[in-house]
Amino acid sequence: MTPTPTPQAAKPQPQPAAGVTLNAALSSSARPPRPGALAAAKTFGWRGMLKIKHVPEQLIDATLTPVLFLVMFTYLFGGAITGSTGEYLQYILPGVLVQSVLFTSVYSGVALNTDMTKGVVDRFRSLPIWRAAPLVGAVIGDCVRFAIASTIVVLLGFALGFHADGGVAGVLAAMLLVIVFAFALSWVFTTLGLLLRSPSAVMNSGFMALFPLVFLSNTLIEPSTLPSALEAFVNVNPVSSLVTATRGLMGGDASAGDIGLVLAEAAILTAIFAPLTVRLYRAKS
Amino acid sequence: MTSTLAIEATGLVKSFGKTRAVDGVDLAVQRGAVYGVLGPNGAGKTTTIRMLATLLRPDAGSAQVLGHDVVSEAHAVRGLVSLTGQLASVDDDLTGRENLILLGRLLGYPSKQARARADELLAAFGLEEAAGRLVKNFSGGMRRRLDLAASIVVTPQLMFLDEPTTGLDPRSRNQVWDIVRALAGLGTTVLLCTQYLDEADQLADRIAVIDRGKVIAEGTPSSLKASVGGGALRVRLLDPLQRDEAARLLGRALDSEPHLEADPAALTVRIDDPARAADAVAALSGAGLGLAGFSLAQPSLDEVFLALTGHPAEDDDTQEEAA
Repeated sequence: MTPTPTPQAAKPQPQPAAGVTLNAALSSSARPPRPGALAAAKTFGWRGMLKIKHVPEQLIDATLTPVLFLVMFTYLFGGAITGSTGEYLQYILPGVLVQSVLFTSVYSGVALNTDMTKGVVDRFRSLPIWRAAPLVGAVIGDCVRFAIASTIVVLLGFALGFHADGGVAGVLAAMLLVIVFAFALSWVFTTLGLLLRSPSAVMNSGFMALFPLVFLSNTLIEPSTLPSALEAFVNVNPVSSLVTATRGLMGGDASAGDIGLVLAEAAILTAIFAPLTVRLYRAKS
Repeated sequence: MTSTLAIEATGLVKSFGKTRAVDGVDLAVQRGAVYGVLGPNGAGKTTTIRMLATLLRPDAGSAQVLGHDVVSEAHAVRGLVSLTGQLASVDDDLTGRENLILLGRLLGYPSKQARARADELLAAFGLEEAAGRLVKNFSGGMRRRLDLAASIVVTPQLMFLDEPTTGLDPRSRNQVWDIVRALAGLGTTVLLCTQYLDEADQLADRIAVIDRGKVIAEGTPSSLKASVGGGALRVRLLDPLQRDEAARLLGRALDSEPHLEADPAALTVRIDDPARAADAVAALSGAGLGLAGFSLAQPSLDEVFLALTGHPAEDDDTQEEAA
């Protein structure tokens, strides 16, 4: 151990930190009043937007898959399942919308797990702000991700010939409902993100848990065609209730009961997993 | 009654599993001072700093930072300090400018002022050209400067610096030192963890030497150096076979046990008075031993440790880095 690190040939750089400017910068910073909890969370939401801008790969991954699914399923199974691709598209578009946004929500956990391995979390935790602000802000930022993903699926659906009897209002309400549910589900994945060791472990287990939930539902098929045990599972699967409500809103025949059920499920998920995430985050050292 | 102490820690303890990373650390740091905490990897420096910065809860003991308890008044402490961690505490996926704006907004500046403050800091730290680049593409020195700029978006009363120059080239290291001096010059108290005696010597008013979770020596840099002697004479011979002979001669000339290095032709002797080094070297050439070179070195951390503990500074198998 020597007192000096290995010398390297330093390239000429602009001379930083001229004493005068440095001193001016150091002394010209009166402390502003501390931000409120929501302002801090909003700032972390802004950080989430910046990440979408600088690291768009995650969004592309998560939206490309459902785009492929939508096109493949429509043309591959459409004829076999409903007799025509157009009719099948009518059936699966709301389902693929749900599928694509729910898969995107896994990235909330992946991003948090990645953050925890970096020094920047130490900085956040040493700031005089609401301690849950980084988490709440990140999940709010993720809602923008969900909005982008759902817009892509819906636009593609229209391009392929989908027609919504629920009108523009119905489609927007359906997208909003899916985003609300994905917000709630994000908390499950942030909890996972704090419990598991690596970002890829979060991604794998998140997808592993989502696959049966998404496919063993009424996303792609009519449950009445299933063996009775499977049909029973599909009917209690919360993803099915979300797909039913989404389909209803887009088709203009949603029932208040279906929508209420989804909102209740979202509220329960959030009530359990949001506080759990915050507790785990605070306990991490 | 306001204490004149910026940090007052008593009997701090923190264990990770079976490892007692910090084992009863006491610290008293005057306001406005630059205080060095010197020790090898795994000595407990980072764990100590994390407890003082409210990131870790002590298992036992207590600490007051700027008059506030780090556990019961953690929020008040956070409002007065800032931390530059061992891993640079900046966001890799954002640009340099966005990092500073983010911090400014989190500290309560309205958007426009946060931008102005970010630009001011980028200029002061020589980062204007790199402002729009993602931090993951920054060099080590640029990251560190950005990290320091992020720590003073609002000038803190106390700044924690955890090994701010580890891994930096000498030029970047000097830049970091200038920044620390400027901060101290304006009255900010600095707690500096380092494994370089040289760095503590350059910057700190007082130093605590920490080893295996305990403070083993405390004092001014000069008193500490005096306790280990004036430094060391390092000699490299042309012929490794003559090393034993050289060791005998040097030991006699300097009244000190020579240390045989891993390099078979080299040996080091501690010296109290540099003037006697010349005589010792003369004794070697007088005896016909050929020298490839010799140098006088400041005592290194290794020597401080050897003198204070009787064992060399070594990397313990503690989990400190992961903590």
